[in-house]
Amino acid sequence: MLNRLNKYLGGKKMGYILNEEQNSLVDMVEKFMTNEVKPHVAEFDITGEFPKELYKKAFELGLHCIDIPEEFGGGGVDYLTAAAIYEEIGKVDAGFATGLCATSLALKPVLIAGTPEQKKLFSDIIIPGAFGAFCLTEPDAGSDAGSIRTTAVRDGDEYIINGGKCFITNGGVSDVYVVFASTDKSKGLKGLTAFIVERSRAGITVGKEENKMGIRLSNTSEVIFEDVRIPVTNLLGKEGDGFKIAMKTLDLSRPFVGVIAVGIAQRAIDESIKYSKERITFGKPIAKFQAIQFMLADMDIETEAARQMVVHAIQLILANKPYSREAAIAKCLAGDVAVKVALDAIQILGGYGYSRDYPVEKLLRDAKIFQIFEGTNQIQRVIIAGQLLK
Amino acid sequence: MNILVCVKQVPDTTEIKIDPITNTLIRAGVPSIVNPFDAYALDLAVRIKETNGGLITVLSMGPEQAKAALKECLSVGADKAILVSDRAFGGSDTLATSYILSTTIKAIENKTEKFDLILCGKQAIDGDTGQVGPEIAEHLGYAQVTYAEDITVDGKIVRVTRENDDRHEIIETQIPAVITVIKTAYEPKYATIRSKMAANRVQIPTMTSGDLDIDLERAGLKGSPTKVKKTFTPQLKKSGIIIKGETGSESALKLISLLSDARLI
Repeated sequence: MLNRLNKYLGGKKMGYILNEEQNSLVDMVEKFMTNEVKPHVAEFDITGEFPKELYKKAFELGLHCIDIPEEFGGGGVDYLTAAAIYEEIGKVDAGFATGLCATSLALKPVLIAGTPEQKKLFSDIIIPGAFGAFCLTEPDAGSDAGSIRTTAVRDGDEYIINGGKCFITNGGVSDVYVVFASTDKSKGLKGLTAFIVERSRAGITVGKEENKMGIRLSNTSEVIFEDVRIPVTNLLGKEGDGFKIAMKTLDLSRPFVGVIAVGIAQRAIDESIKYSKERITFGKPIAKFQAIQFMLADMDIETEAARQMVVHAIQLILANKPYSREAAIAKCLAGDVAVKVALDAIQILGGYGYSRDYPVEKLLRDAKIFQIFEGTNQIQRVIIAGQLLK
Repeated sequence: MNILVCVKQVPDTTEIKIDPITNTLIRAGVPSIVNPFDAYALDLAVRIKETNGGLITVLSMGPEQAKAALKECLSVGADKAILVSDRAFGGSDTLATSYILSTTIKAIENKTEKFDLILCGKQAIDGDTGQVGPEIAEHLGYAQVTYAEDITVDGKIVRVTRENDDRHEIIETQIPAVITVIKTAYEPKYATIRSKMAANRVQIPTMTSGDLDIDLERAGLKGSPTKVKKTFTPQLKKSGIIIKGETGSESALKLISLLSDARLI
């Protein structure tokens, strides 16, 4: 309500039809991000240091569990407002948004398949202010989840987990993981099982932290499990349910990942508008030239279209209708749009766009991953084609 | 500590533009906010509650849409909110407004407990008169301390750090008291997602003239003998040069050379 140190660029919120109360939630997050996080983003992007204190402030607001139901201590915010909130966070820093979203992502398999006790166990760790991580990917198993080599072997009333996961968002900072391991290699995908693994269990090591091109305010690390023993009560659902749980979780999180990319694109547009009003060339601001105007218009067309695919996918989720195709379109389109619009923003800023002293080159570095993680855009196309050719 | 904070919903004047033809403010489309000084007052109330315990009620006089401002207050630590609203109150100047608020305060106190402290922002950023707070104190016959930048409560003793142009005063006051608040040194508290969601769900009661022991001749346009004619910041003419060298003797040398250049010595 108080400090107005950094004015929010860009003006009115676009694209989400929200009521006054929902808008006030989004406004609050926008102010928090602008005043508390934005001034520090460039510095953390350069050094790669993990912005622990900034995340702590975000936890205090409850930004790590926005759409988790209130009965588990979450914000209980509806999915549409949550999307608008993630877009605001993404506008300031996509890495920060990813770190928060990934915590929510880790909670989702538990909410989908867990018992009331498991939901409580997991929520009690995360809600007070801690990271969670969703551990699926391995060095030999990215898109090909069936090649997962991490094993979980039953031993009495425990499972023993052995294996290594890589490219895990929040891997190095989480207090709890959801780990996908094979309980039966012969069954391939149908042999995958999901487990809750607390960081405090013996045998867990955090390996290499990735030195990434972008989203550098999020932690991405290897996590290694060596004879990690967990009680049978940490098994989510039944043996063999793992792949289904993973896919359901990724489907549900896809629109939110897409909306963070929309945030990157929107930021690129906002920076381009600001610059083109100020930069004088041939006697006038470059905003007066149709070449720039047409570029801005095209950037806006693409970004709004991506945003509306996110909104549509969410509407289908809320209406309890099938949404895999639409979620895949939303994520795929948003990722592609974010990269293109970031490139355009650099072009509009010209030489300054290429400089690290201006914020747009970072947007391209951040945008690229959105064509790769959470299901590559190639996998998204496989999903969409699969729906078309059913 | 039973604390009342008076708040006003105002247009966000940092967003306001002036119509170049009529030279008046363009209010359409300008977002409404809690008057920033009232927000500082509420923040101080929340800090008092954190150390001393108690209850905070926020009160606003305004149209139905002012409930949005009251909900903002609930989301950052107020416990109860009340709107007082009536068509008869339209067009009230500061005298009428302070009269209406005072009768509302008396009506609330009749039903619940008396307030120990009544906090107000020093002025509203749309009216800028700074009169309503002190006028409430006069209507109620309470002690008043203005321009508070901090308040500490020690049992029944209230100490106010009062700002002046060139100094601070520490003023102890009895309760009940009305205190007007300026920009404080504290970091603003953010609401949380949960507190905002909870605040959004609260049904805020509206009191009307029927709930008050009020003389309607003293409310609204009828009860408004004053009108804001013009608001401006007076120009402070400051002449003189400040000499600040690394050491006293350096400053003295500079001063001597200036005085000799001006042929004064």
